[in-house]
Amino acid sequence: MYSMMRKSWWKVLGAVMVCSSVVAGFMGPVPVLPILNETIRNIYFHVPMWFSMITLYLISVIFSIKYLNSGERNHDIMAVEAVNVGILFCFLGLLTGMQWANITWGDPWPNDPKLNGSAIATLMYLAYLVLRNALEEEQKRAKISAVYNIFAFPIMIVLLYILPKLTDSLHPGSGGNSTFSDLDMDNNMRPVFYTAVIGWILTGIWICTLRYRLRLVENNRNKLD
Amino acid sequence: MIYMKTLIITFLTIICSLELVTAQSQIEQIEMATGLRSSGKIWVVVLVVLTLIIGIFLYLFSIDRKIKKLENHK
Repeated sequence: MYSMMRKSWWKVLGAVMVCSSVVAGFMGPVPVLPILNETIRNIYFHVPMWFSMITLYLISVIFSIKYLNSGERNHDIMAVEAVNVGILFCFLGLLTGMQWANITWGDPWPNDPKLNGSAIATLMYLAYLVLRNALEEEQKRAKISAVYNIFAFPIMIVLLYILPKLTDSLHPGSGGNSTFSDLDMDNNMRPVFYTAVIGWILTGIWICTLRYRLRLVENNRNKLD
Repeated sequence: MIYMKTLIITFLTIICSLELVTAQSQIEQIEMATGLRSSGKIWVVVLVVLTLIIGIFLYLFSIDRKIKKLENHK
C-alpha cells in the first residue's frame, strides 16, 4: 500500500477527472428546471465534497479498527490524517451547500434535518480531534480515539443519510423528496457527475496520503535525533 | 353525426395542441445561460476556474515531489 501511495498514475487520473468535470460541468447540457436554473450544475461541485468526506472517514474508521488489532502506530496516524482531510472536505461541502441554499431556498441555513444532522456530524469529528489533543500519552490517545472513531462513523451515517430520510426535509434525497438522480439528473449529467465524484475522492485520498507520508518522515527524523 | 364527431375531435386536438404550446412557452421562460454561452464569454470563466484547479494540482504535485525527496533522503 505504501508503494501505491508513492505512485503517481492515480493522482494524475484524479486531477484529469476533476479538470474535465469542471469543463463539462460548466458547458455540458443540463435539464431546464424552475428555481434551480443553472445552479443545478452545483451538483458537480457540492456533492463530490460530501462523497470525498465519507470516503475519508471510512478510510479513517478502517485504520482505527486496524490499529486496535495491530497496535501499530502508523495505522493511528493514517486514521487521524484521514479525519483531518475529511473535515476540510466537510467544511467545503457545508459552505458550498449554504451558498446554494441561499439562492434556491432563500436561506443559507433553514432548520432542516439534513443540515442540522451534518452540523452535528461535523462537531462529532471536531470532537475527535479535540479528544486526541486532550490525551497526552501516545498509546492511550491512539486507543481511545480509535474506539471513539468507530462509534462516530455509524452515527455520522445515521445523521446524514438515515434520519433526514425519515422526516420532512428540503434537501434532495431526504424526507420523501426524490434525489436528483431519480428526477432531475438526466443521462447527460450522470457521466459528468461520476467523473467529478471519483476525481474529488482520489484528490482527497491524495492529500491524506501526503499528510501521512509527511508524518512518517517526521517520526523517522525524531527517532534519529 | 359523423360531422359532429369530427368537429369534436378537431376541437379537442386544437385545445390539446394549445395546451402543449403554452406548456412549451412556460419551459422557455425558465432562464438558462444560453445567451451567455452563445456570446462565448462563459469560456473565460471556465478558463479561470480551470487555471485555479490546475494550479492547485501542480502545487500538490510539487509537495508530493518534495516529500518523495525527504523519504529518499533517510
